[in-house]
Amino acid sequence: MTAEAQQQSVHFDEMHDAEGNTREAYRDYCDWYLGQEQASLRRKDKEADDTFRRTGITFNVYGEDEAEERLIPFDIVPRIITAAEWRRLSRGIEQRVRALNSFLYDMYHRQEIVRAGRVPESLFRHNEAWLPNMVGFTPPGGIYTHIVGIDLVRTGPDEFYVLEDNARTPSGVSYMLENRETMMAMFPDLFSRVPVESVSDYPRRLARSLAACAPHGRGSGPGGKPTVAVLTPGIFNSAYFEHAFLADQMGAELVEGSDLRVVEGRVQMRTTRGYKPIDVLYRRVDDDYLDPLSFNPDSVLGVPGIMDVYRAGGITIANAPGTGICDDKAIYSFMPDIVEFYTGEKPLLPNVETWRCADPDSLAYVLDNLEELVVKEVHGSGGYGMLIGPTATRKEVAEFRKKLEAAPDNYIAQPTLSLSTCPIYTKKGLAPRHVDLRPFVLVSPNGVEITPGGLTRVALKKGSLVVNSSQGGGTKDTWVLKD
Amino acid sequence: MLGRMANASFWMFRYLERAENTARLIEAALRMALTKDFATAEEEWRSVIATLGLTTLYEMEHDGYDGPRVWNFVLRDRANPASVRAMFGAVRNNARAARTCISSEVWEAVNESWMELDRMLARPVSQGALGDVVTLIRRSGAQVHGAVDGSMLRNEGFHFARAGTFVERGESTARILDMKYFLLLPSLSYVGSSLDSGQWDQVLRSVAGARAYSWLNAGNIDARGIVEFLVLDERFPRSLAFCRLALRRTLSALARMHGREGHSDELMAEAEARFEALTVDDVFDRGLHEFLVDFMRRNAAIAEAIIDDYRFLA
Repeated sequence: MTAEAQQQSVHFDEMHDAEGNTREAYRDYCDWYLGQEQASLRRKDKEADDTFRRTGITFNVYGEDEAEERLIPFDIVPRIITAAEWRRLSRGIEQRVRALNSFLYDMYHRQEIVRAGRVPESLFRHNEAWLPNMVGFTPPGGIYTHIVGIDLVRTGPDEFYVLEDNARTPSGVSYMLENRETMMAMFPDLFSRVPVESVSDYPRRLARSLAACAPHGRGSGPGGKPTVAVLTPGIFNSAYFEHAFLADQMGAELVEGSDLRVVEGRVQMRTTRGYKPIDVLYRRVDDDYLDPLSFNPDSVLGVPGIMDVYRAGGITIANAPGTGICDDKAIYSFMPDIVEFYTGEKPLLPNVETWRCADPDSLAYVLDNLEELVVKEVHGSGGYGMLIGPTATRKEVAEFRKKLEAAPDNYIAQPTLSLSTCPIYTKKGLAPRHVDLRPFVLVSPNGVEITPGGLTRVALKKGSLVVNSSQGGGTKDTWVLKD
Repeated sequence: MLGRMANASFWMFRYLERAENTARLIEAALRMALTKDFATAEEEWRSVIATLGLTTLYEMEHDGYDGPRVWNFVLRDRANPASVRAMFGAVRNNARAARTCISSEVWEAVNESWMELDRMLARPVSQGALGDVVTLIRRSGAQVHGAVDGSMLRNEGFHFARAGTFVERGESTARILDMKYFLLLPSLSYVGSSLDSGQWDQVLRSVAGARAYSWLNAGNIDARGIVEFLVLDERFPRSLAFCRLALRRTLSALARMHGREGHSDELMAEAEARFEALTVDDVFDRGLHEFLVDFMRRNAAIAEAIIDDYRFLA
């Protein structure tokens, strides 16, 4: 064990236990690793970047020069999960995703959960993602969130927590797929030694799952096949690569708002043969921009009138408009109640303990313990606008205290979790860094499908707990071992 | 396929072709300039700018013509929206937009070329580095076309790519010929020895046809021979006849796929009729300049009609 590893051994390390022994999940990998020449690994580590650049797996950082394209750093050491661990996680994820869909249905219908007094009415009244246009409307198949990313963190051998639900538009699945492709190209011998569950059929599953959600279960393509399209804001969007990648892999059309128009009560795309109807739109455009007639009137990214077509049953929009209420951290704090209310079971995956600053007692506690806590904006995402008490300077804490006192409703606080670490490859060998995990979940009338693996994000800076790519985080290939 | 994708595919290949032709023009001019005195060399560089239609823009930035200023303006100057660097940016952006209708191999060829070129053009290009830049641009074109040939479905997207390539190539060859047409006037061709055969050689080099021409004409360079070769020879892939034929084939394939002919097919048929039984004497009788202007006008009209027929924009 390196000195650095020892120093960090207060955290659960996924590869080594406190005595420095390799854990079961990593045994085969470590055997292989020890047989590798360092010079060769260093070379591969460098090659990986070139591969990503060549294939164009880049993203634009918000607020930077449009021409500037960056890579999300990729680490060549995989994050490994055993088959048994994965089974347990899958059950918890499926339960949570079912509850999310039931909750969304209920929120836009009778709101039984509010009537039952399990969540306060104010919860959605103050939620910016709440869409009055969705009230009383049931999306095709009753599904709101078709593609979900559940962010998990680990703190011990059997301790996984849900950190965040991404029910609106989870991104990053292209990295799950490309990371695996890159690993297989670089280390083919590794995959013949370690049995790893494949992730590569995700695009096919996504295509099938989306097609199964077509209105009235049928499509307008040849032979009643549903026409699926991916709606992107365009080539300058930070996630354009992923939009094009998924459309390409699914064999779906990649459309922009300017390609679409409502014709004869259907949303249709302009092809070289004229307008053709779309049955299922996997949109990667926010609610606000989806329909200038219903939402932001200045939007040129959406389709005027699409909401009317949607409400008349002429198209499926995935994920459904208004789904974003679940990404709100105030709602997150009620998830244990929400899961229990709709499934009648105890949550299999626990939440991280959360103080709602809207509540005066909680606020008092949070203000007293600011140096120990992580404070997040209720509607924030991407690691922006948060305070990590233990690593913040005194000045940062003081400034945040003012913001918090001025608008306590905007914040929630959580204990600073001792996130697990997984080694990354550095010039000096393996070094532990904090990781999280985002498995990707598909929901259709045919059921819930979870791809074994997901996106592991890793904080590349020593000691850092922020794994977001917008804040300098990287990614790893994520393996679920076969039994 | 989506009209917008067809548009992106068409323009991706037009810009790729334009970048390649521009590079050849620079290459031929450099060779020419190296063998001339200062004043003639200046004329050479002036004619490069004129051929590319950049005179006004160039003269706003510079007060004279010399090699380094001209090739840097043409290759990389930010004041020149039609620089090769900008064109390659347009190739790549169109390739990104058309990402789902080109193969990964085509995309990677474009992306790699762009990365390398962007790096090479980040700084002013010295005379020593010019050869590498030009070679890279030519090789990029070859790589992309090779990837298309070996990995793309022969579907609509393929044919819009071909249409873009041949519309642009025909335009470029006609433009280069037109710029030098005064050298090729038949009245001058009678005084063979007094003519600067180096100029003709340069015309041929600009369209990568010097070797092919020599093989076909046993080293005899004259106006008739060159015009016949660049206008009428269906074997030479940058001749007007070849471009016209290739464009016609691609438009016919599209019409078959769509089960109907459009305005572009009509214009194409008219343009074809002009080539029917055409001889080099006919071309000179009508006037080479008039012939070339007519070709370019028709070529542009066909491009417009393709854009309308296949709903690229609306």
